[in-house]
Amino acid sequence: MKAWLVAGLLAFGALWMLIAALGVLRMPDLFTRMQASSKAGTLGIGTLMLAVGIHFGDLRAGAHALLIIAFFFLTAPVAAHMIARAAYLAGVPLWEGTERDELKVELGAGERERRLS
Amino acid sequence: MTGFDPTLTAARLAMGLLGAGLLVCLIRLIKGPSLPDRVVALDLMAILMVGLMAVDALATGHMLPLRAAVVVALLAFLGTIAFARYLEKRVSR
Repeated sequence: MKAWLVAGLLAFGALWMLIAALGVLRMPDLFTRMQASSKAGTLGIGTLMLAVGIHFGDLRAGAHALLIIAFFFLTAPVAAHMIARAAYLAGVPLWEGTERDELKVELGAGERERRLS
Repeated sequence: MTGFDPTLTAARLAMGLLGAGLLVCLIRLIKGPSLPDRVVALDLMAILMVGLMAVDALATGHMLPLRAAVVVALLAFLGTIAFARYLEKRVSR
């Protein structure tokens, strides 16, 4: 029973990681790509680590798995935020279908172009 | 005794899926029109490596790859932050 649970979690997690990779390849601009990578990637790694923790079933492996899960949940949003901000200010183009640009409102119109010039 | 082991089968499947994910990321790493695109691809590749190490630990029953995975996760985060700082500095000059 435990073996089937671990197998299911492994397949689910690995599938989500592959979806994250496909999102990074197929999404139209940097910011949507980052969306795929940080969300689907975090879900995938969390599920894989859950499978590892259940499979070993002891405190040491469980602690390692929990450490990695907690670490990714803390760092993935921070890293994505920093890269997105830096890329936005560096003038990486947005997808032409973008509807809302809140950072533009925050900075004031034309501020991004002024910083670039 | 060669019974069907669901965990081992799933571990092999997961390794295949993660390897395919690495290849897909590699395409984006080569194509990526801008530097931030490449940084995102590298970041996801590091996460995929952590996943591969975890699956390897599960398949072999050794704990060692799990410890290495913790270190790789740390280094991937530091590398991404360093790249973000570098990008921001490069523009503000």
